[in-house]
Amino acid sequence: MSVKALYDYPIVPKDTVEQFHGNQLVFIGWDQHLMFCSPIALPLPPALPFAALVEQVLTDAYGQHPDFTRIDWSRVEWQLDGQPFTPNPVAGLRDNGIGHKSVIRFRTPGLNGIAGSGS
Amino acid sequence: MAKPMNMRDKYNRMTRDLGWEPSYQPKSKIYPQIEFEGIKIENWEQWEDPFRLTMDAYWKYQAEKERKLYAVIDSFAQNNGQLNVTDARYVNALKLFLTGISPAEYSAHRGFSMVGRAFPGVGAQVACQMQAVDELRHVQTQVHTISHYNKYFNGFQDFRHMHDRVWYLSVPKSFFEDAQTAGPFEFITAISFSFEYVLTNLLFMPFMSGAAFNGDMATVTFGFSAQSDEARHMTLGLEVIKFMLQQHPDNVPIVQRWIDKWFWRGYRLLSLVAMMMDYMLPKRVMSWKEAWEMYFEQNGGALFEDLARYGIRMPKYWEVSVQEKDHLSHQTWATFYNYGHAAAFHTWMPDAEEMAWLAAKYPDSFDRWYRPRYEHWIAQEKAGHRFYNPSLPMLCQTCQIPMLYTDMDDPTQVVYRSTEYQGEKYHFCSDGCKDIFEHEPEKYVQAWLPVHQIYQGHCGGATVPEVLNWYHLRDGQDNRDYLYSEDRQNWLRWKEASSQLETT
Repeated sequence: MSVKALYDYPIVPKDTVEQFHGNQLVFIGWDQHLMFCSPIALPLPPALPFAALVEQVLTDAYGQHPDFTRIDWSRVEWQLDGQPFTPNPVAGLRDNGIGHKSVIRFRTPGLNGIAGSGS
Repeated sequence: MAKPMNMRDKYNRMTRDLGWEPSYQPKSKIYPQIEFEGIKIENWEQWEDPFRLTMDAYWKYQAEKERKLYAVIDSFAQNNGQLNVTDARYVNALKLFLTGISPAEYSAHRGFSMVGRAFPGVGAQVACQMQAVDELRHVQTQVHTISHYNKYFNGFQDFRHMHDRVWYLSVPKSFFEDAQTAGPFEFITAISFSFEYVLTNLLFMPFMSGAAFNGDMATVTFGFSAQSDEARHMTLGLEVIKFMLQQHPDNVPIVQRWIDKWFWRGYRLLSLVAMMMDYMLPKRVMSWKEAWEMYFEQNGGALFEDLARYGIRMPKYWEVSVQEKDHLSHQTWATFYNYGHAAAFHTWMPDAEEMAWLAAKYPDSFDRWYRPRYEHWIAQEKAGHRFYNPSLPMLCQTCQIPMLYTDMDDPTQVVYRSTEYQGEKYHFCSDGCKDIFEHEPEKYVQAWLPVHQIYQGHCGGATVPEVLNWYHLRDGQDNRDYLYSEDRQNWLRWKEASSQLETT
């Protein structure tokens, strides 16, 4: 469907990748860890290696959680835009198929939040 | 001397007789907005005005209410009424009201002024004019009533500036801007019917009863002053819907879609009220869940049974709102606790007694999903590490609320919905918000999403202190945990001083 208007309605998407000064937006969610109330939004360089995302970005974002240091990263289950995903740690975000405004979700088997509450 | 007119004659002279048939210009040029939404009106004369209120009577009623209200506000100020509220935490509900709701009243004033001009029927014009004046009076009296608190508490000083900039205030702001940028029939369905008629009890009742329960007599008096207006607004809302539905059968599916959209938008907006009821009132009125059951499930259910004869059904996704009632307030408060460093009011963890109340009101959810999180946060705070979320949240493209809502089949799982439009990805908190986007994507692709605007460099800088500065939010005074706030320190000092006065 499209908008009903009295005139030609201009289409002005506000968040195209060019607006982000060389970065792209990436959304990240850690399943069953709702101590962090929602997924997060980050502007990241498209060439950032996936390993750096895990080691730096995720540590900064989620390091306060008692489960974080217990994560066995070899067992983490990743999802990219709703599909199961096996990241290449040395490749950049773009080369891993992670686009502007992609959603990365990860699940940490055996770790399901504070006292198992999903928090 | 002419014989005095009876009420009916006077009403006709002062409303209906104000209309005339134009002779220099066709009506379509005078009222250019009236057809493009697809609503067909055969006869504007069939508009019923249940109040038959004329402007002269309106001014008299309103002036009388103003006199009473300002007398109470004066006496509240002279007697230091702010010291009689239950606890300084209560004042944070007023901060949310002044920054989030009062500017929305002003938006409603502008909206009704615009649609009053757009409608060709005199009955509708007069009704919209009165509501426009009401809304302006509401924002004024709210500002005057609450300004007293600005002398003693942080967070009130720049509410209008904040409304246009602060991240969570984009939720009510974008709600009203969505309505104001629609056509006149959609606006009046959105605000008069979906908001005023179906949902307003859930906005006004909690704030005004909350004020009464917590000793805030100034706000209670404002509430009484507005209440008779609200009754008129609700009646207008129902009249508008019935009028459109009776005028032409083609109107039914259009109106139904607007009801679906604006119910869902209004319900998402009420997340703020849900957390206010369950967490921000030191003395609670009722739980969000109880309020939703009473005002939506029972009263709203009866309303939609009544509307069934016009071909209208319950708003789409109302079942989701019922499923979410066990979670909504907890998830919203937890979000503000996460981002308490970027909020213009204080946040805190409930104490043991309050947690017992929450557990009793929410036996199916609180102890299982939310208490463990809160106990962890309390332990962290006691160890000197009050938790704040270091990252900015992902927002829903439609309602602009962080993606905090979970799947009701698995409350540990965030709901992710997305779509693509012209090669660009868009994300939503719910099917309701996704449907709204997909119906009018051109409108929502231009959403001013606060988090994305920060990253684009439009909000004062890249760091949190720079953004807070751009919000006019004073770091360390207006924000962060109530425990360490100036508000709390002052409150304890004042209460100690006044108790010493009483004992001497």
